[in-house]
Amino acid sequence: MEKRIAEEIYYLMELGRRFEYAAKEHYMTGEISGFLHLDIGQEALSVAAMRAFDHGDVFTTYREHIMAIARGIEPKAVMAELFGKTTGVSGGKGGSMHLFDPTHFFYGGDAIVGGHLPNAVGCAYARKLEKAGHGVMAVFGDGATNGGAFFESLNIASAWKLPVLFLCENNRYAIGTEITRVAPFLEQAKKAEPYMPTMEVDGMDAVAVYEAVSEARDYIEKGHGPIFVEAFTCRYEGHSMSDAGTYRSPQEMQICKAKDPIERMKKYLKEYYNMEDAYFDEVGKKAQAAVDTAVEFAAQSPEPEAAALFEHVFCKECSDVVS
Amino acid sequence: MLYREALNRAIDECMAVDEKVVILGEDVGRYGGSYRVSEGLVAKYGEARCIDTPIAELSIVGNAVGMAIGGLRPIAEIMTANFSLLAFDQIINHASKLHYMSNGKIRLPMVVRFPQGVSKQLAAQHSESYEQMLSAVPGLIVWAASDVNYAYHALKQAILMDDPVLFIEHELLYNKKGEVDVDTPLDPFKARIVKEGKDLTIVSYLKMVDDVMTAVPTIEKELGISCEVIDLQSLNPIDHATLEASIKKTGRLVVVEEDHYTGGYGAQIVSFAAEKLFYALDAAPLRLAGEDVPIPYNRSLELASIPTPEKIAARIVEWGKSNGL
Ligand SMILES: Cc1ncc(C[n+]2csc(CCOP(=O)(O)OP(=O)(O)O)c2C)c(N)n1
Ligand SMILES: [Mg+2]
Repeated sequence: MEKRIAEEIYYLMELGRRFEYAAKEHYMTGEISGFLHLDIGQEALSVAAMRAFDHGDVFTTYREHIMAIARGIEPKAVMAELFGKTTGVSGGKGGSMHLFDPTHFFYGGDAIVGGHLPNAVGCAYARKLEKAGHGVMAVFGDGATNGGAFFESLNIASAWKLPVLFLCENNRYAIGTEITRVAPFLEQAKKAEPYMPTMEVDGMDAVAVYEAVSEARDYIEKGHGPIFVEAFTCRYEGHSMSDAGTYRSPQEMQICKAKDPIERMKKYLKEYYNMEDAYFDEVGKKAQAAVDTAVEFAAQSPEPEAAALFEHVFCKECSDVVS
Repeated sequence: MLYREALNRAIDECMAVDEKVVILGEDVGRYGGSYRVSEGLVAKYGEARCIDTPIAELSIVGNAVGMAIGGLRPIAEIMTANFSLLAFDQIINHASKLHYMSNGKIRLPMVVRFPQGVSKQLAAQHSESYEQMLSAVPGLIVWAASDVNYAYHALKQAILMDDPVLFIEHELLYNKKGEVDVDTPLDPFKARIVKEGKDLTIVSYLKMVDDVMTAVPTIEKELGISCEVIDLQSLNPIDHATLEASIKKTGRLVVVEEDHYTGGYGAQIVSFAAEKLFYALDAAPLRLAGEDVPIPYNRSLELASIPTPEKIAARIVEWGKSNGL
């Protein structure tokens, strides 16, 4: 991997993890509320997939803060959204689960498991029709692969040869339910095999994720139809702040933390580019400063005006008629 | 006993005496349910009867229909009302119609439970209410539990009945405390008079009943009146007799619901009063409901989108003053 990209990914992973810890801290103080799903442990996947898929559209889930940032949305606009402030990327109306920014081709932030997959497929249809030359990445968890929307999406994307990159983040759990208890196998890519080529990648390895997603992106951009990438990963925290995650044993957690994606990327930078401790300290500081700035910005930003409640129920043109 | 414990007890007692009773849903087994309603049941009755399903709501309800056809008495849990939308085909096209279409040959002893409503900053995809849509489905019994005692008795009877019951809970009620009188069964089709009064009938259900009760002392003091508060409980069918008696007594009606105003369930109650009790009314009825907007994340906007005790009191006092109270 090019040094520039490796460094960028490393920085974003550091930033992402620190961002999530800050979000956790401010959830405890009550400044952030609702359902907060942390992405700690899955940074390699979130960051490297977004950097590799640097053009095209992205549809993802509620566990999306780091992806949004890696896509280029400013950390302060993400943090302000978590704080419910008017400066948030969704004006404080969406919250943690609903980050949207079409200027970055980032369409949520969907909290209905699997519900965004048909949307991704439809968007890919639009891209194909306009011969855009790029496609759509749909990111979802292992838990989403058991619903009808998933199978319908595989079928349609394949039947119509649509440029969709299905990226499954397999962290083996849907809240407390282990995937192998509700699906016949661990590897969810098997479900896609009849429809499209599939790839498997170690989601704790940013370099591997970057390469796999880059290759998959090339494939859909060439017009071959959809492709499926499955990345095995591990979330360190509970499903959300309301889940203590006690269904996973300490040993299991120890094994997965031993594969820490940030440590792994550090090792890569040391081995391939002879980076030294001072460099990592520097990056850590820079990332922390960015997070601190984001928190300060969020804390000091204004609450939405009362009138915001009624804005954007419909488009402006229509609202004028309605009211 | 807590509301969730009352629900748990109802299920537990039914499972203990009838091995045909099963529960199914996401994380209902080992995890004990995301609101802890099925806590401890898997240890007693095993995984074959406390079924952890994949995230597949259409199948959760669709399988429940098939289980009922096959002789079981399933209780399906949908984690949050919004996800039930994925199962609407099964609820509306299958569960509610098979008995009728088969000329009564097929019976569906099944319950679909879900929590709904505005909780705390869960945003638009996790805060909705569907009683208005699902009460418009013939063949489906719809009950809404606001009271702990009702939660226990009604859920138990829902499990014992041979018709499909949609059992609505509210996310903010699970830790509500209340007395359960286990020995005195109640009629779950009947509304509950929460408080008697003579000047004004306030009709509500689910969590809004508690908010109305919080508002009542202010209303009574400011207007110098006494309010009668009715908890509907059975949203379909409706206990018209209880409503009629109360409205005839007071001559005034206010309906309070959390859900959006337009097309909201409360319109049904007002329509009943206007059509059947027009001459008993001394004033046009008042409906208090949520705003016609998706529920926003920000806390102040969220609270602005639904009735709160303060708003209920203020609106009713204002309305009362200009309506002869
Ligand atoms: C249709 C639907 N059903 C249930 C839920 C509740 N829910 C939210 S996240 C989740 C687990 C999802 O697991 P997975 O897809 O593996 O993603 P992960 O959280 O592990 O990233 C569930 C059951 C939901 N949001 N939408
Ligand atoms: Mg998962």
